[in-house]
Amino acid sequence: MKPIIRVEHLSKQYYLGVRDAAYDTLRESIVRTIRAPFDRLRRTNGKHNAEPIWALKDVGFEVAPGEVIGVIGPNGAGKSTLLKVLSRITEPTTGRIQLYGRVASLLEVGTGFHPELTGRENIYLNGAILGMRKTEIVSKFDEIVAFSELEKFLDTPVKRYSSGMYMRLAFAVASHLEPEILVVDEVLAVGDAAFQRKCLGKMGDVAREGRTVLFVSHNLIAIQSLCQRAIWLSGGEVISDGRAGEVVSKYLTSSVGARALEEVWDDVEAAPGNDVVRLHRVRVRPQGETFDCLTMSTPFVIEVEYWNLLPGAHLHVTLHVYTEQEIVAFTTGNGADNTWQDSGMPAGLFRCVCYVPGDLLNAGRHRFVLLVVRDKTAIIFRRDSGVSFEILDLQERELSQYGREIGAVRPALKWVTEQLRATQQDNSSADQVGLRLPGEPATALSEES
Amino acid sequence: MGISTTDDASTVKTTQTAQPSRSSTPLSPDNLPDTPLVTIEANKAWNASELHDLWAYRELLYFLTWRDVKVRYKQTELGIAWAIIQPLLTMLIFTLFFGRLAGVPSDNVPYPIFAYAGLLPWTFFANAITNSGNSLVGSANLITKVYFPRVIIPGAAVAAGLVDFAIGFIILVLLMFYYGVTIGWGLLMFLPLVLLTTLLAAGMGMWLSGLNVKYRDVRFALPFLIQLWMFVSPVIYPASFLPAKFRWFLSLNPMTGIIEGFRASLFGHRFNWGSLTTSLVITVALLLYASYSFRRMEKTFADIV
Repeated sequence: MKPIIRVEHLSKQYYLGVRDAAYDTLRESIVRTIRAPFDRLRRTNGKHNAEPIWALKDVGFEVAPGEVIGVIGPNGAGKSTLLKVLSRITEPTTGRIQLYGRVASLLEVGTGFHPELTGRENIYLNGAILGMRKTEIVSKFDEIVAFSELEKFLDTPVKRYSSGMYMRLAFAVASHLEPEILVVDEVLAVGDAAFQRKCLGKMGDVAREGRTVLFVSHNLIAIQSLCQRAIWLSGGEVISDGRAGEVVSKYLTSSVGARALEEVWDDVEAAPGNDVVRLHRVRVRPQGETFDCLTMSTPFVIEVEYWNLLPGAHLHVTLHVYTEQEIVAFTTGNGADNTWQDSGMPAGLFRCVCYVPGDLLNAGRHRFVLLVVRDKTAIIFRRDSGVSFEILDLQERELSQYGREIGAVRPALKWVTEQLRATQQDNSSADQVGLRLPGEPATALSEES
Repeated sequence: MGISTTDDASTVKTTQTAQPSRSSTPLSPDNLPDTPLVTIEANKAWNASELHDLWAYRELLYFLTWRDVKVRYKQTELGIAWAIIQPLLTMLIFTLFFGRLAGVPSDNVPYPIFAYAGLLPWTFFANAITNSGNSLVGSANLITKVYFPRVIIPGAAVAAGLVDFAIGFIILVLLMFYYGVTIGWGLLMFLPLVLLTTLLAAGMGMWLSGLNVKYRDVRFALPFLIQLWMFVSPVIYPASFLPAKFRWFLSLNPMTGIIEGFRASLFGHRFNWGSLTTSLVITVALLLYASYSFRRMEKTFADIV
């Protein structure tokens, strides 16, 4: 298929300290011009005072019309530089980009807002800066105002707005851009959860309209749910380019992967614990998969290995699993395990394995608190585990289902829907669909067949 | 106006032109233009697509000008009256010190109106190059976040000065009535002279604003330069005040021809076509050089501003 964006051998070089050069004075410049030949001599002796940095190195890819692409990578990987070159803010050092459609870039929400101007005036100004025609702004003005929910404050200078109002107005304007290609930087990093949700929802709409979107985010869940394809950049180079789910998994495995999922103490003396118990290893791993990443449907295990230093002790392990919101998702323990009920546990190394089924936890980062209980009553050891793990939402993604569903857990439960009685007027269903709120799944309403 | 839903994407009219209309419908794979709309490459010289962009973004020039005008007198008690007070007070001071005390001649026109007719284009020019010279640095947040032809920023700063000029002009008309100055055919030259001043200011502003991004010294040097420049321009005194053998030297200053031209146009004096031509030639040359140097500096704006 013919691409709408073609990027070939794109490179962008920056010089470290170019920031200082901005404050150069004429005098320094003159001095440097005079000294330049000498500096060059010195530099051949291996002295560099301006180290070039390749923010992008031979990057190449093609984007088909209507594709929604997520760009991921660690900080300094070149993501923002790529977007800046694509949106023509800065020029590449070498290479070429061909664009077969109009580009609008949204590297920041509210670019060009003037604090002294009113909301109404800023809508026009910001719209024009983002590349909208005046007629376009006029025709969409009411929609923009409605979306921002700021009707009452339209004639107030935006410097009197709260930051939330400011963001709402800014996003309202930006979301009414209608380019063929939309380039979006981490705009979702600002604002509260509700705002982010709104942004993501709007992005989903844009994608559904068949526009081409390039989207940089650290929110891998958003990338997963919005994009079909992801490009992983690191050190200015494309590391991986392919289906979003796969690229994200690879990225996670390599960066936050295995390291954070395990804690080991080889030296018993130095391990956390006390006279009775000392930890040896705490680990979270997927059950029976080679993949090192946890998705919502992956069954996984939490393993705790500890040394029992007191022969004959009755020890049990309890885990409190916390969600990102610091809510206890569940508590579990092996108190019902009566293997060493009679004699007590001999001294030595033990391993307790807790099997957590798939489709139980919600997406997001989780941590747990580990407790060792003696005689089923006394907590003799408690530790906030250093191990934390991220549950990814990799399921078949409908675009309407962006972000995370609320709830401490998100178990897969059995549901049954059946028709109890047929009604005469079947045409009412069309109205119902029309009234549906954006973001709500349509499935519940279209039951009749 | 019909609200477009996602469903009518299938009824897109096919446009095979290289510049698709700014419709709200996204491109589908089969109506992509054959040639790229934009090619981004290093070291690209001026080309048609950039001139096309300049045209496409003409409304932004309007909006930025409008913003500058709107914002300039916000939260001031006297508001737009400052556009009148500045040249008027300067005129009074000049009249007192140069007209009365120093007895500077004024080409057979009452000194106050003589001074005002010079101050009007001069104030416009001075404010325009100051504002546009500092405009790019002041718009760093725009430059690093969104694309548009950068030249619009200093351009808008110059254009915003025209609004003050127009208001000051009303005062000039009132003064001319008061002093009973008769007008002639020379007034036809007034608008071309305004255009020439604007172009000269645009050229200077463009060059200085680009230079300012790299060398912040410009910000400090500029007020000083403007002060000096005023003394070598016939604002306070007529060009005839100087001995004839030095007058050609004064003509090398493009503002000489312009200010003298304004006076000739308003007061029905003879035009000095020689010095006007010099102004025109210098203005055109400056504009060309400024465009070239701006284009060269433009590439690094986003990286160093």
